[in-house]
Amino acid sequence: MLLASKELEADNKPGQSYFIHPNEITLPENYRFFMLAVILCIFFLLMVVVPVVYAERKVAAFMQDRLGPTEAGPHGILQPLLDVIKLLEKEDIIPAKADKPLFAYAPVIIFAAVLAGFAVIPISPNIISSGAYLGVFYLLAIVSLDVIGLLMAGWGSNNKYAVLGAMRSVGQIISYEIPAGLAVLSVVMICQSLDFQEISFQQGILMNQFAGLEKETNYLFGLKALGLDVTQIGGITTWNIVRMPFLIIGFVIYFISSLAECNRAPFDIPEAESELVAGFHVEYSGFRFAALFLAEYSLMILVCLVAVILFLGSWNTPLPNIGAVALANWTTGSVGSWSGNLWGIFWLLSKTMLLVYTQIWIRWTYPRLRVDQLMHLCWKVFTPLALGLVLLAGIWRLLMI
Amino acid sequence: MKAYTSNKYNNSFLAVVSALSRGMKLTLKHFFQAGKRREATYVNDKNYFNQTQGLATLTYPYESLPVPEVGRYRLHNEIDDCIVCDLCAKICPVNCIEIESIKATEDIGLTSDGTKKRLYAGTFNIDLAKCCYCGLCTTVCPTDCLTMTKVYDFPETDVKNMIYHFTDLTPEQAQEKKHKLEKQQQELAEAKAAALRNRTEGNKG
Repeated sequence: MLLASKELEADNKPGQSYFIHPNEITLPENYRFFMLAVILCIFFLLMVVVPVVYAERKVAAFMQDRLGPTEAGPHGILQPLLDVIKLLEKEDIIPAKADKPLFAYAPVIIFAAVLAGFAVIPISPNIISSGAYLGVFYLLAIVSLDVIGLLMAGWGSNNKYAVLGAMRSVGQIISYEIPAGLAVLSVVMICQSLDFQEISFQQGILMNQFAGLEKETNYLFGLKALGLDVTQIGGITTWNIVRMPFLIIGFVIYFISSLAECNRAPFDIPEAESELVAGFHVEYSGFRFAALFLAEYSLMILVCLVAVILFLGSWNTPLPNIGAVALANWTTGSVGSWSGNLWGIFWLLSKTMLLVYTQIWIRWTYPRLRVDQLMHLCWKVFTPLALGLVLLAGIWRLLMI
Repeated sequence: MKAYTSNKYNNSFLAVVSALSRGMKLTLKHFFQAGKRREATYVNDKNYFNQTQGLATLTYPYESLPVPEVGRYRLHNEIDDCIVCDLCAKICPVNCIEIESIKATEDIGLTSDGTKKRLYAGTFNIDLAKCCYCGLCTTVCPTDCLTMTKVYDFPETDVKNMIYHFTDLTPEQAQEKKHKLEKQQQELAEAKAAALRNRTEGNKG
């Protein structure tokens, strides 16, 4: 169905085939940013993961009336860096009875799957590693590869706890991909696009500057019948959760499902310290453990980025233009300029960090779910709800045009 | 299937959401109280039991709760006041005090409370790794030179270093004192023998 809408679009432009031969690819004007985005992406990952690890420890400590790291550097800010150095110094132990190739390559696959997901994430109006038409589809597909890595790690370790953890993890991730996927699908139906950048542009005052959206109009709550044109008001009024207010349910479903996909508490049964030691990565040490750890935190950030892009207005400002007080214009900048990029990065990161904080907050509040409760929530609550939402999104889309 | 997921609590949607949000509010409240810190005050401080908000941890080596004046922690012997009476070693239930006394050959002065000192402490070792911190030794001490201090943090990497040497004599000095004592005792014995001889000769004569 998703492909069908794209094919229809392709049909509207005669002579332009949907699949482009590699020789026909011409670099766009801002091609410099394509390479910049790759570098930025890795830089961004490390610059974000390290503070998130620090934040996790500090937030956890504060919520439990503790101090957290205090010794390494002022307020312990060097702690995550030193943790990484410690992990790199440690001996890389491969158990004698382990399946060595599986054990050795599992962290590579897990990390590669997560890192590849970042390729389609727009960082600002014109910084995106790969502006793929099928960005959303690609992201859901590539992040699912994670599961293979998890199973390899668990099976390869030849340890009963690791196998149990891996099986639970795989069962959980595959189950929760369904409600998460359906929530994403409803956004895709509202936006009629699988391109993250196009979805981003639709949610702000810059919409008409995106090729193909020049003549589009954003109505309040997406309802054309209301007749309130908010295309130039922007801000929060054009975010997807306001364009289609029921998407707030989709957002909650996606956010909770993404916790399960990251194996984060309260869905951390695959890693349950108290029963499985550490789940699938119990046998890992040194650099391989560091890679798994980095992948876990990167995935946390990735799912939050996706939630922000799909539901919370991507890199668009939350401040609307109110008459002469053009807050949205002031806090957006222009596409391609430094101001546009910096505002985009700022808003995207702020919203993402807010969600990451929520993830940490949830982790240190709720106890772990039982397996049956987890599956109950997924199959009997979220999946029917998300299916209903997809139906509703389809109807809403009809009201938007 | 209801049996698996039902429980004795109210499972309605609103009840669950309100319960979940109460939990989130609680942790958030603690997060925002993190600016406050517990103060390292003594137990008789009037705020001691009122510090219910904020971080409870003290950064221990830098700050710590004050211990009572009468706390029974590391032993200390003020050797200048010690008369080496050996009472502490005798009362010790775990035999952690080892004393070897040497009789002084000359006058070695008074303790601070005016007791005359007659013995040198050739050895005065307390093995704090054995000590059970009962404080009996401090109660029997006649000159109050053996006391328990407030120091409780004195770990060592080698258990041998847990033996505290309180003597003010070096081993050479102790040896010298022993020689002096032996010499004096020898002289005394000779003098005694001579006196005895003289007396018996005198009786004869």
